[in-house]
Amino acid sequence: MARVIEIHELTKVYTMGEVEVRALDGVDLVVDEGDFVAVMGPSGSGKSTLMNILGCLDRPTGGKYLLDGVDVSELDRDARAVIRNAKIGFVFQSFNLLARTSAVENTELPLLYGELGWSREERRKAALDSLHRVGLKGREGNQPSQLSGGQQQRVAIARALVTNPAMVLADEPTGNLDSRTSEEIMAIFQGLNDDGKTIVLITHEPDIAQYSKRIVHVKDGRIQHDERIEQHRVPPRGIEPPVAVKR
Amino acid sequence: MRNSVQRLGNITVVGLKAIARNKMRSFLTMLGIVIGVGCVIVVVAIGNGASQSIQNTINSLGSNFLMIFPGASTQGGARIFTGSSTLTAEDAEAIKSDCPAVAYVSPVVRTNGQVVAGELNWGTQIFGVGPDWPFIRAWNNSDGSFFGDSDVKSATKVCVLGATVAENLFPQGGSVGQIVRIKNVPFKVIGVLERKGGNMMGSDQDDQVVAPYTTVMKRLQGQSKLNMIYAAASSADGVSDAQQQIEGLLRQRHRIAPGADLDFQMRSQEEIAAASQQQMTILRTLLLSIAAVSLFIGGIGIMNIMLVSVTERTREIGIRMAIGAKGRHVLLQFLFEAITLSIVGGILGAALGVGASTLAGKLLNWPIVISTWSIGVAFGVAAAIGVFFGFYPARKAARLDPIDALRYE
Repeated sequence: MARVIEIHELTKVYTMGEVEVRALDGVDLVVDEGDFVAVMGPSGSGKSTLMNILGCLDRPTGGKYLLDGVDVSELDRDARAVIRNAKIGFVFQSFNLLARTSAVENTELPLLYGELGWSREERRKAALDSLHRVGLKGREGNQPSQLSGGQQQRVAIARALVTNPAMVLADEPTGNLDSRTSEEIMAIFQGLNDDGKTIVLITHEPDIAQYSKRIVHVKDGRIQHDERIEQHRVPPRGIEPPVAVKR
Repeated sequence: MRNSVQRLGNITVVGLKAIARNKMRSFLTMLGIVIGVGCVIVVVAIGNGASQSIQNTINSLGSNFLMIFPGASTQGGARIFTGSSTLTAEDAEAIKSDCPAVAYVSPVVRTNGQVVAGELNWGTQIFGVGPDWPFIRAWNNSDGSFFGDSDVKSATKVCVLGATVAENLFPQGGSVGQIVRIKNVPFKVIGVLERKGGNMMGSDQDDQVVAPYTTVMKRLQGQSKLNMIYAAASSADGVSDAQQQIEGLLRQRHRIAPGADLDFQMRSQEEIAAASQQQMTILRTLLLSIAAVSLFIGGIGIMNIMLVSVTERTREIGIRMAIGAKGRHVLLQFLFEAITLSIVGGILGAALGVGASTLAGKLLNWPIVISTWSIGVAFGVAAAIGVFFGFYPARKAARLDPIDALRYE
């Protein structure tokens, strides 16, 4: 099975004045295609640093990071932007949609910056497909202010999916949502995973992590614990992923 | 290639949407450029109009025209006019008889006065001139005739009215043969001058009355010196010969030693034109520099707003970068926004400038010449300002770190 993430001896050191902070202190991690991994850890554990490096937003100080078979640990800003665009779909805690911009336009956004020249019609079609996939049919023209939190997060997921990335990287995706909406969002992630999408979820909530197939605990910049969940949690009855997710 | 063109297109769309989202602010940002560009166009239009009308007036003097007026040109380096004229009617006669390069000569005296005809009256300038005057000024009568040598010799009380004066005193027409009173002295109207229209710095050339200089000096002024002497060389090529002959003659008549300062000055039409052009250039440079300052301030306004906009949209920049925008994309987006603002501002400014110039021309009755180059230059400068002042904020945006930008509240 193909490896989406392959990390060896990853370190990240911040220098603050004269003090050196080792945020990551030798991390090894392999994530196979089709896996659903939750990265857990208390604040200050190095979880966010790991997420920034996994998301190619930041560069490690030492070690190797292969994303979808490509060594991305030495890439410069622009090259990382290209990798982020092509291989990673981001979902953030605070949705991070552009204000006063319709759902479909928000979803199209990554295609504007892609290396593949998408035509206007192709962009629109891909964005609409993506929105329908997360169950937002009929809301395509709404702006973020006209959508509920859960709907906004769905737009963000649609945006993450539109480039068909190697993995979806979700940073506390339910942090701003109530429990019922959280369950809906997790159901969507599970549906996508059933479809074969690799998902990495960063969270500090144990019951959210239970929706994944595998939980990685990070503490003091190291991986403490790596467990596979035999019987992952399913959403309560009545909450089902949008039909379109299961294709 | 297709891809990069496509992406450039995408980024311009992104920039346009950002402007459309903030209509009011975009407009206020543009305002500086709008006013600056408008200013440049109005200033140039007014300046050109003025200089063209001055040029027309001077051209209408004819290229043979010479003007002699009293006063030393320099005295110990300083330009001084002593106040009392040294030019006499005899000087004028001598020029006519002794200077072969001179074709026509007319003494000129000038006074102001009220002209009364029946119940109507009109304040105007009264010029006392000789019979050569119509030939020198190339100015014909539209009605009646001009006075001749005999009228000058016997100081006859006759006059010729300018078109504006004739209109105001005799609205029904038929002024020739009527009697008008100038400073209570009755004059018989023997003719009306053709309308010249062209006006120098807003004064109406048709607002004058012309009479024999002897009559004006004796009846209206009581002075024996002339205000000016007009002359015309026999040909345009003979102007410098004529100037030399007149200067030699007057030096002799006024007993001025060689090397001493003259007590009169002489200007040819060409010199008058050059002097007034120089004044216009100074005026125009001054006005243009004010307009340039306002354009510059407009540019700073754009930079200011773009900087605010970059800070305000830090989060947006972070999102765009996270999903794959390169620094270059963000730079181009903000640069494009700034350039669009200044170009649209330039277009509005050009419209405003053309409109305001036309309106000013109508309302103030000022000659207006709108030049296409001033529109082009103002427009180009506006675009350049967009690039120049937009670059710094855009680069600032492009250099943001996506992690910090995403965390920005």
